[in-house]
Amino acid sequence: MSGTLVLAADPMLAGDIGLVEVVLTLAKVVVAFAFLLVAVMLMIWFERKLLGGMHQRFGPTIAGPFGILQTLADGTKLFFKEDLVPDRSDRFVFKLAPYLSLIPAFLAFAIVPLGGDFNNGGQVEWWGRTTYLQVADPPIGILLFLAMSSVAVYGVMLAGWSSGSKYPLLGSVRASAQMVSYEAALGLAVASIVLVTGGLSTHDMVVAQAAEGYFGIVPRWNVIVTGLVPFIVFMIAGTAELNRPPFDLVEAEQELVGGFHTEYSSIRFALFFLAEFMNTITMSAVIVTLFFGGPAGPVLVSEVGGVGIAWAWGVVWFFLKLFVLLFCFVWMRATLPRFRYDQLMDLGWKALIPVALGWFLFLTALEVGRERGWNEAAVTIVSLLVFAGAALLLVRAVRSGRRARDREAARADEPSDPVEERA
Amino acid sequence: MSTTDIAPTGAERVSRREPSAVLRMSEAEAAEIGGDPDDPGDDELVLLNMGPSHPSTHGVLRLMLELSGETVLRSKPVIGYLHTGMEKTGENLTYLQGGTNVTRMDYASPLFNELAFSLATEQLLGIEVPERATWIRMLMCELNRAASHLLFLATGGMELGAVSMMIYGWREREEVLRFFEKVSGLRMNHNYIRPGGVAADLPADWRSDVAELIELIEPRLDEYDTLLTGQPIWRERLQGVGIISAAEAVALGATGPLLRGAGMAWDLRRDEPYLFYDQVDFDVIVGIHGDCYDRYAIRLNEIRESLRIVAQIIDAMPSGDYRTQDKKVTPPPRARIDESMEALIHHFKIFTEGFKVPAGEVYAAVESPRGELGVYMVSDGSSVPYRLHVRAPSFVNLQTLPHLMQNGLIADGIAIIGSVDPIMGDVDR
Repeated sequence: MSGTLVLAADPMLAGDIGLVEVVLTLAKVVVAFAFLLVAVMLMIWFERKLLGGMHQRFGPTIAGPFGILQTLADGTKLFFKEDLVPDRSDRFVFKLAPYLSLIPAFLAFAIVPLGGDFNNGGQVEWWGRTTYLQVADPPIGILLFLAMSSVAVYGVMLAGWSSGSKYPLLGSVRASAQMVSYEAALGLAVASIVLVTGGLSTHDMVVAQAAEGYFGIVPRWNVIVTGLVPFIVFMIAGTAELNRPPFDLVEAEQELVGGFHTEYSSIRFALFFLAEFMNTITMSAVIVTLFFGGPAGPVLVSEVGGVGIAWAWGVVWFFLKLFVLLFCFVWMRATLPRFRYDQLMDLGWKALIPVALGWFLFLTALEVGRERGWNEAAVTIVSLLVFAGAALLLVRAVRSGRRARDREAARADEPSDPVEERA
Repeated sequence: MSTTDIAPTGAERVSRREPSAVLRMSEAEAAEIGGDPDDPGDDELVLLNMGPSHPSTHGVLRLMLELSGETVLRSKPVIGYLHTGMEKTGENLTYLQGGTNVTRMDYASPLFNELAFSLATEQLLGIEVPERATWIRMLMCELNRAASHLLFLATGGMELGAVSMMIYGWREREEVLRFFEKVSGLRMNHNYIRPGGVAADLPADWRSDVAELIELIEPRLDEYDTLLTGQPIWRERLQGVGIISAAEAVALGATGPLLRGAGMAWDLRRDEPYLFYDQVDFDVIVGIHGDCYDRYAIRLNEIRESLRIVAQIIDAMPSGDYRTQDKKVTPPPRARIDESMEALIHHFKIFTEGFKVPAGEVYAAVESPRGELGVYMVSDGSSVPYRLHVRAPSFVNLQTLPHLMQNGLIADGIAIIGSVDPIMGDVDR
């Protein structure tokens, strides 16, 4: 990996590229693509069934056993619906937008390690080639995920803007503000992970988490190593990034009728729907990779009939962890009411970003202290004191800002009225 | 500031940029100029038409909102989409048929409409209702109040994104409706309370049914507390939103939870007792802040109070007739029709011509779940009312909406509509 352009840290691609390498890579792409599509179908069914259970109703029951083919039926139906493009819309952008939100969801999934025996480095040996069970392991690693989630904002934003009507416009204004501000918190939480891992590659992150745990039983997952705070920040910011409840203001059916996709129908609407659930799966997969050790886990049976299946256990662990996270997302949807726009902004800027930043600096201090050989307890105490002081200052700043605003409002004779002021 | 004229040649030329000019125009004029994408005047303020078919406008309420960003500067409710002329229809229906008409007005609490109508008719007739009938009326009305507030919790929860609450609220309401069905044969629009008493006696095992209902709903209310009342997002969304003071509420004629939420303890059940409300023990729930949260909490706790009243009614229910024995208003029993020609004629007369009511006018009011529900009736001595007017609490409460929504966000507006809890059938009649 020196000197030349490195496309991926995957050992298979380090040497000569022949037919086998190309075929293997294509096969991985196809498998990941197919997996994601099937997973979306099952996820929609799972969410509806689970919500139904939590609501004490049945959920889908008609299409297929337990209604498992419901999504397929819905998709087929939507596919044959008339494709409406509103007169006032910007036709090109209107048609482009669904793809802008769909494609990043696929691309981001490429960096997720899906399996492998991480007790032995996580590689698999197929046709004499050593490779990873992930579509790509680019050196920029997790940054690709952040980039893709930024691109996905455009899909939502442009969809609302190009519809040429008011509800979608309001939805897209909400979308751009919400996603841009939560991306910052998301990035800061990722920074903590990068700090403890020492690299951006998702494969390396999983390798680091597969190392010997604490007391022999507690795994060395980043959720523990980084002290839970980045995980909570990432989970909240990730939910907001996905526009899932309680942060689904972008769609807010009860307020904006459907938000950015009000004017969409037929297969274009289905694409948005697909993208949303695909993003949910991708986000959960990324959380598993970053915080819960990805496919890392014990190998219970290493071979069956002479065929090594140690790598398959990685797949099993990965899916179990993914499943738990997806359950949590559905659970949140069933429990929490929706935030209001300004409260969402407050939470993002006044709570999540300062906390994520402060915690990142705290982890940095610990890291530096460890390198220089300082007393760890002293570093912790001093850092936490500084942390608390900064938090106090921040709270006071917010309060005094609010007081100033109140004074301003009280000084004006009438309650502030933008219309009158302009006139 | 550039001024664009809309009416090309008209006596009254309306400036496009004049604040909220559009909200003062007729709908036809507004439609003509509303939302022209090429008009530069559209840039800063957006006129958003919410409804009449919108997920959270409680049926067919339509709001014209003038928005600056997401802030609602002014709003104007437009009503009438459900107007079916029920008050006028009432002038052509006999007093016995009238119940089927008024029960369709406030369809979430139909028994209260029937009660007010029956009370008014009975006052004109000057007849006494048997004690058991009065207790049955109280029982059914309090259960209906619980059902209506459960519906509020369900829809209000859904409007704020707590989708589970929608199903939970309906689940409990369903149990109440099931009891109504057992008693009256119908889940809604019962026509159960009629002039002179009620349509049928309670079923034999009503005590155990009602006791089961209380046992079922009370712990569920505590679950709602866990799900919503203590939920930080829920509190954030409702507290300090849509504030109205007691003076403003009185000035606008608001009643019910809207008025009590503002801190004024006005409840007709206590202040102008009707039925036997002076014989039962219950609290009038009052708020302090007059915000959406207070209105929510009042309704939640009023369910508890209603169940408390119902529990007392189980013990207090006397035996006796369920309708007056006054032959003038009560048809003969079914068995008599088979053996007596006079009874058959009497029965026929009552249901075709109806009974004559002495001339006069009367106003009877009850405390419905939404506020003061009054029936003003004028009789000219015939068997149909000369004039029937209903003082609909939803209609009067709705006029607080522009006041409550001013300078809030769209999301607040949704919470406010929910907390006013208008039933459009009651508004438009």
